[in-house]
Amino acid sequence: MTNRTGVWVDLVGQTEAVAELSAAASAAAGGTGGMTHAWLFTGPPGSGRSVVARSFAAALQCTEGEGCGECSGCHTAIAGTHADVHIVEPEGLSIPVAQMRSLVQLAARRPSAGHWQVVIISDADRLTEGAANALLKAVEEPPDRTVFLLCAPSDHPDDVSVTIRSRCRVINLRTPPAEAIAEVLTNRDGIDPETASWAGSVCGGHIGRARRLAKDPEVRERRESVLRIPGSLRRPADVFACVDQLVGAAESEASSMSAARDDAEKAALRTAMGAGGSGKGTAAAERSAKSAERDLEKRQKSRATRAQRDSLDLALVDLAGFYRDVLATKATGAHVTLNHPDRARDSATLAGQLSAASALRRIEAILDCREAIELNVKPRIAVEAMLTTLQRG
Amino acid sequence: MKSGLHRTTSAPPRANVVSRVPDGCACENERVAPSSTTPQAPVRLLLGEEELLVERAVERILAAQRAQDAAAESHRQRVSELTPPELAELVSPSLFSSARVIVLEGAQDTNAELAAAITGFAKLPADGVVLVVAHSGGGRSKAGKELPGALRKLGAEVVECAKVTKPADREKFVRDEVRRVRGSIDGEAVATLIDAVGTDLRELAAAASQLVADTGGNVDAAAVRRYHNGKAEVTGFAVAEKAVTGDRAGALEALRWAMNLGVPHVLVADALADAVRTVARVSAAGGSDPNRLASELGMPPWKARKALRQARGWHSSGLAAALHATADVNADVKGVAASAAYALERAVDRIVVARGTRH
Repeated sequence: MTNRTGVWVDLVGQTEAVAELSAAASAAAGGTGGMTHAWLFTGPPGSGRSVVARSFAAALQCTEGEGCGECSGCHTAIAGTHADVHIVEPEGLSIPVAQMRSLVQLAARRPSAGHWQVVIISDADRLTEGAANALLKAVEEPPDRTVFLLCAPSDHPDDVSVTIRSRCRVINLRTPPAEAIAEVLTNRDGIDPETASWAGSVCGGHIGRARRLAKDPEVRERRESVLRIPGSLRRPADVFACVDQLVGAAESEASSMSAARDDAEKAALRTAMGAGGSGKGTAAAERSAKSAERDLEKRQKSRATRAQRDSLDLALVDLAGFYRDVLATKATGAHVTLNHPDRARDSATLAGQLSAASALRRIEAILDCREAIELNVKPRIAVEAMLTTLQRG
Repeated sequence: MKSGLHRTTSAPPRANVVSRVPDGCACENERVAPSSTTPQAPVRLLLGEEELLVERAVERILAAQRAQDAAAESHRQRVSELTPPELAELVSPSLFSSARVIVLEGAQDTNAELAAAITGFAKLPADGVVLVVAHSGGGRSKAGKELPGALRKLGAEVVECAKVTKPADREKFVRDEVRRVRGSIDGEAVATLIDAVGTDLRELAAAASQLVADTGGNVDAAAVRRYHNGKAEVTGFAVAEKAVTGDRAGALEALRWAMNLGVPHVLVADALADAVRTVARVSAAGGSDPNRLASELGMPPWKARKALRQARGWHSSGLAAALHATADVNADVKGVAASAAYALERAVDRIVVARGTRH
């Protein structure tokens, strides 16, 4: 962790990747070989793919050297305001082909202020097939001073098409180790070392989640209540109590989020559409305001659904991690790092009761449930089926 | 000045009016509020969503008005397309035409200003102008919700046009319809007709009068079957109820009917899930007192009682399998299966089979 200086300071536990990237950045600055025009950063969620992309962009745009972290080039590149760094961050479900075509045009220009024209696509797994094909030619032979930085969970063909992948230099980010996460939480966020090391050990390698767990007591309580479920499924009736708890928590989380944002957005829209006006023409304005408001309501509703699903998914991942601990304890006698070390006693107890096959069946049921929710099955119905399996085996 | 002139020309002979209401327009299903017996109430409030009843009430009011003055005009306006000045123009008496009926549709969508204009007219009505306000009973805005109460207080005549939801009321409606066209119908025929035609009052009314005309007055079940057959409405709940009681043939038949009638697959899948869940919760909770179960599980007592009956014959392993079947079919109808209809049939079959398993 010694080379985390300058622009690389935010990267946790990615020593190899940082070494390779800073070598490339100095090659780019020196004009020697060793720089590549298209990169693909892969790694699990929370490992910092887009942070790496931004840091690398900063190192390329640095005006003082190879990523000092102090100059205006570094600052603006990391903040996402540099004129020659274009960041594509999809808000919708996919990146449409039209957006990529205009991006290719943009990428063909010479840099205006910095040394390089940098294009960052933060969720390259959301490129549609057409969009990926539109990008192909530009990624293969970009103009002299243009660099493409793509981020995706993995280089599996499901995530990134093979044609794109074969034109990129792949940098693999690993799941950051717990100690490294704890160190970042202590140094950067000022969290006391004990909480930080606990959060680092239970976050599953997701730095953002570790920070939330360390800072927000509600998030902690939510995780506790999820991890209590395996121990509390004794009778068939418990299944329904747990369903209410899981789905109810996700619903209330989503609704509290939307309650905070929806009304403010609606009020802003109303003001923008000239609500409360009087005089000639206000009736017509009000009618068009109504339809805009309905549009907004639709978007808010889909956002709330998304939030509910995300929150439920988080709970399911925690639950799957717990049963994985059970399986690991059973198979190896607890010589592996657990997902939930603070629940080691519970998982050991359950390991004594369950056979390896039935623990595996439970993990499978949880993964099936995640998939079902993604397929639009009503969360309550999917979770019921899953918890029935968890209860019965 | 204007209204004074108006009054002298068109003061109607009130005593005559009631008897001259044409018979064909009366509908026994409407319950006229007893407080307002004068047919000349200047504001009428049609409260409810049943279009047929609203339309008939409007026709009746118009006919009553035409009976007084054959030249009576009528205007129909949707409230959402109306502004207060336009309303003022509509309800102010004119020099040439004496009587007028203004029908305001969709009054639940009114804004505050227009509601004020409507109540303003109710406070100070103009002679010869009848304002008919059709209101669904609901409303999104405060003004829309409060309008019926305000009009009631100002002495508006209220005609209830609520949707007929209870089966008994629907049967009564059919009987009244048949009687209205001077026919008679027996109980079995009423049930058969509703089964075949559905719950839409307009269609029921049309079918009833047609049947009376075709049979010459006496409508029995055989006559109904001669002209109508099949089922008009099958809900997902009917399918689910049969499935969880183990009636495979009945459930599959109901499912085919539902598919033929275009009931969305998703609704049937949800109904199946709901039925299985209810049975599972009731049987997991144990006990046999429906009232205690209802309060424990947060469901209405009738539902708990029904679920208790349905829970007989189920075992926990079977219920687990059935819960999985409903979860699978929920994904199937949302695009996983190539044929959603087949997926539903298979789910019904899986539920019936699950009911038989016991360990």
